[in-house]
Amino acid sequence: MKYSIKPAIKTGRKLLCLLPLFFLATTVRAEPVSGYAFITPETRAMQDDDFANPGLLAVDRGLELFQQKDKGSTKSCVSCHGDDGEKLDRKAIAAYPKFNAAGKQISQQIISLQDQINTCRVRNGNTRLATNSHDLVTLETFVRSLARGEKQKVETGKAVASILAKGEKLYKTRYGLIDMSCNHCHNLYTGKMIRGQKISQGQGNGFPVYRLDTGEITSLQQRIQQCMNLLRAEPFPTDSDEIKLLEYYIMSRGNGLPIETPAVRY
Amino acid sequence: MTSLKSAAAVLLMLPTIVSASGQEQLPPAEPYCQWQVKNYAIEQPLCGYTGSAERGKKIVSDSHAGNCLACHRLPIENIEAFGTIGPSLEGVGSRLSEGFIRLRVVDTRHINPASIMPGFYRDPKLINRPARAYIGRTFLTARQVEDVVAYLVSLK
Ligand code: HEC
Ligand code: HEC
Repeated sequence: MKYSIKPAIKTGRKLLCLLPLFFLATTVRAEPVSGYAFITPETRAMQDDDFANPGLLAVDRGLELFQQKDKGSTKSCVSCHGDDGEKLDRKAIAAYPKFNAAGKQISQQIISLQDQINTCRVRNGNTRLATNSHDLVTLETFVRSLARGEKQKVETGKAVASILAKGEKLYKTRYGLIDMSCNHCHNLYTGKMIRGQKISQGQGNGFPVYRLDTGEITSLQQRIQQCMNLLRAEPFPTDSDEIKLLEYYIMSRGNGLPIETPAVRY
Repeated sequence: MTSLKSAAAVLLMLPTIVSASGQEQLPPAEPYCQWQVKNYAIEQPLCGYTGSAERGKKIVSDSHAGNCLACHRLPIENIEAFGTIGPSLEGVGSRLSEGFIRLRVVDTRHINPASIMPGFYRDPKLINRPARAYIGRTFLTARQVEDVVAYLVSLK
């Protein structure tokens, strides 16, 4: 296990201690609150302990993939970014998904961390990995974990106004037989119990997260698809404009939250 | 890893709001019966069925069926957790008329367009992006709705 990320975890914890206070002060326009504030004390303890947090296995495995190169390629990620990714900029990692004005379609304008990892791979003669494939989510987990404690900060300026508006519209649309919008649960009824489960704001700052429910490391896009399944809806397909718009909008809602990857969540 | 075990145990007791979807074998979809709203009520039972309060009581707590407990408190014993999203339904039969209760369950948006409560018997054509297995279906069948209505009416 690599401990270069340790100091980041400490600052992250300090910030997290303040989160419940923000939550109590919440009125209509909610301050962003990490899912950490909604999970049980046991789950919190598991997330905070690097030996108990099952997500750390993905971080380790992700580092291995980071150091590997395909047959025929002379470069792996470490060729540019250092053996443990130490040359990567934590702030830049915390700014994903990024906006690329040159993109023709929305799916090219929104560059997720997974997209960027693939761009690097292909540029250096390695294969493109399928979005949300196990290996790519694992790599994403390692890279994002380098920014633990850093504040999430996606671009929200004029350039992305239409992206955000489209994302918000999707967030507020009802889906599936259950016929609810994301906004219903994760904005209007945050903190309420849906039977035994406390509903959080559905923030993205812990992703990829280790999910206790499925026992798998899970990307934000996969979690969105899982909530759509829960709604008995047809989930937006991987690589669609819609799934990327939702991811971008969710990350914009959570600007300022500390990255917690790999968080442990229900 | 004891922490993992205990957390998983806690979570296992938490039925989800819906069943796993997709994989489960569903009976063939039933034909949809039209209904009419007058003065915020549906007076006629769906498809003319007569409901059974006893069956209704099972449906409201079955997490694969109505799962009303996900959001409402109900006078049912041995439930480890009720949801807190909607108001308690204790005594609802003396507060609300049968026709109003039916409309609430069938398509609550006629009463509150912004409601989070699902429409349990909305026109399937109005459902946005239903999963393939649920195309052409209502959340509850007409008979189940009538059972639930009969149960709620009995809560005096
Ligand atoms: C019926 C209620 C409900 C609806 C509607 C819903 N979700 Fe969720 N969602 C949950 C529950 C319950 C959880 C697990 C507990 C938690 O983290 O809030 C969850 C978790 C999440 C998480 C993970 C949060 C974390 O910190 O791990 C994300 C992201 C999310 N939902 C996004 C969405 C999106 C996007 C939609 C709409 C397509 C949506 N949800 C619709 C109930 C809902
Ligand atoms: C996802 C949450 C949710 C579920 C599931 C749900 N409800 Fe509701 N229900 C609500 C909310 C919220 C209200 C309050 C009114 C509103 O917001 O529309 C409500 C209101 C009601 C009312 C009116 C109560 C009053 O005092 O005015 C009745 C009756 C009712 N629900 C019955 C049911 C039944 C029966 C089921 C299951 C078959 C059910 N509900 C499932 C959320 C839910």
